[in-house]
Amino acid sequence: MSTQVPFSRARFEERLFGVLRWVVIVFLALITLVPFYYMVLLSVKPIDALLLDPGRLWVSTKEFTLSTYEEVLRPTAEGGQGFLDMLYNSALASVGAVVLTLLAAIPGSYAVSRLRFFGGRHLSALFLAVYLFPATLLAVPLFVMFAKIGLQGSIVGLAIVYIAQTVPVSIYMLRNYFATIPFSIEEAAALDGCSRLQTIRKVVLPLAAPSLMATGLYIFMIAWNEFLFALLFLAATPENWTVSLGLQQLANGIEVSKTVLMAGSVVLTVPVVLLFLAAERLLTEGLTSGADKS
Amino acid sequence: MTHSTTTAPDGAPRPGDASGAGAAADGRRPRRFPGPRGPGGPRRPLTASSRENRAGLAFVTPTVVVVTVVVVLPILWTVLLAFQNARLVDIQGMGLLGDWTLENFQAVFGSPGFWTSLWTTLLYTVGSTAGSIALGLVAALALRKPFRGRGLVRGSMLLPYVAPVVAVAFVWEIALSPQFGIVNEWGAKLLGWDDPVAFLSTRSYEVSLLGLDFEVPLALLTVIAFETWRYFPFAFLFLLARLQAVPDSLEEAAKVDGAAPTQRFRHVLLPQLMPVVALLCVLRFIMEFNKFDDVYLLTGGGSGTDVVAVRVYEFLTARFDVGAAAAQALVLAVILMALLGLYFAFFGRKVQEESS
Repeated sequence: MSTQVPFSRARFEERLFGVLRWVVIVFLALITLVPFYYMVLLSVKPIDALLLDPGRLWVSTKEFTLSTYEEVLRPTAEGGQGFLDMLYNSALASVGAVVLTLLAAIPGSYAVSRLRFFGGRHLSALFLAVYLFPATLLAVPLFVMFAKIGLQGSIVGLAIVYIAQTVPVSIYMLRNYFATIPFSIEEAAALDGCSRLQTIRKVVLPLAAPSLMATGLYIFMIAWNEFLFALLFLAATPENWTVSLGLQQLANGIEVSKTVLMAGSVVLTVPVVLLFLAAERLLTEGLTSGADKS
Repeated sequence: MTHSTTTAPDGAPRPGDASGAGAAADGRRPRRFPGPRGPGGPRRPLTASSRENRAGLAFVTPTVVVVTVVVVLPILWTVLLAFQNARLVDIQGMGLLGDWTLENFQAVFGSPGFWTSLWTTLLYTVGSTAGSIALGLVAALALRKPFRGRGLVRGSMLLPYVAPVVAVAFVWEIALSPQFGIVNEWGAKLLGWDDPVAFLSTRSYEVSLLGLDFEVPLALLTVIAFETWRYFPFAFLFLLARLQAVPDSLEEAAKVDGAAPTQRFRHVLLPQLMPVVALLCVLRFIMEFNKFDDVYLLTGGGSGTDVVAVRVYEFLTARFDVGAAAAQALVLAVILMALLGLYFAFFGRKVQEESS
């Protein structure tokens, strides 16, 4: 052994992983991008072209069509699938959920992270315990409750239900962020004569803006993508369908070509992905850096 | 919060001799002033800690009310329903406390599919959790060092997690379709598959490997692969953040000592990552255990993928048997809590470290 060229394990592995790393990166890029490329590709193909040659990963200019989107977006009255209205419904439910959840979560998470009070330490654990229960479990009683107060089948009702899904994680995210804001900033505000509420409104919330945006975005994502509650609550009222529900019902309904289905999927996916990409940049700009330097 | 005593010096027994500003500052440093909790008279200013207590309760009240109404009350009601003979049609007129019965639980434990369904749920949960964390770890390790286009790759890797489940489930369904799916088409062309494989509707698929034939629960594996694909970005984000916080000097030192990459990973990085991995295990396990949409959309719960959450839905919508659905969901929640209890008994410390 000792007569051979020194061939250390370290050097061998160094080279191996140097290559493997690129293999992994390419693999990951493929598995994440190809399904979405496939989705867009099928949405601009006529169905015959798909059935004729299912394996082809491009579309010729001759075949290229946007009629699928036309069918998906046209109002139901004109024989389309009415996705424009559904987009509006989804946006309404999601934005409603964001506003309601933040209103409910901000004071609570501030209290849990900043103030010592009776039972405070157990509360955050309690909030997270919500996730132990399957969403289906919550659905039954909420359904009956809403039927009693006349909110079943309404978008407002759906937005309220989404609070149940989003409040715990929002409290968790906001609590962690509030904990990073130095006490001294609040003390300085107090010295300047701010009351507790003023301190929160004028100092803590502006500082927490990036975190509020991140949390809001996350809530929006959950609400926009949510399917089970929309299915349970809105199935009977087609005029209030969200895009997720509409798409699933479209797939379940009478023979609809797969290419139209993919156009619907693109319509459903694009808003949330765009929002995410746009906000990711905003979120990275830290706001609190330097605020505590004196 | 607006009463006049707020301007009185907190923690001091007698108001009057400190400036207003100093008093307010004291109010923001309650931790250093535990404050006497004597039997104060009605005029006595509140101590800092009791004022903080009041403010805390005031702030937390709206949140607690909302959570109670939309979460806690429904859960409690479900518990009640599980012990009643409730159907969706008559539930509206029913009082909260009807006739108590254990029939629902008998029905749940006695029904033919329950135990296999529970087993499926466990396999599905463990498979998806392990798969997504493993792939997330590989991804985090690969993307740790900067390279050209890393931001792009990282952004694209979040797509499966951000995209709506309905849309991606349909993409998978079409891609895996035996008639016009790209996977079968390429499988036949490049890998020489004889027959198209129905990934999402084959309960068990015969595979021969090294002369041995064995059965693979294909639909279940496909659903697990879907979950792995959809949730590895979640693990990736957590793990990458932790990896980048590991000081370079640790690895440099190991490198100087001649440690190979696998050794450095095993002895330097992995111990640093373990708390995050433990936390991810808990989070993913809980989420997957209760998962409904993904399985329902891909297979509808057929072909050996009948996880309990889908069964609850079926009880609810196909049979309108609210009581049985509630009982089943309750059993699921209790099992989950028992599993988590076991987990925390063994690994509790690690998870706590990470989440605090």
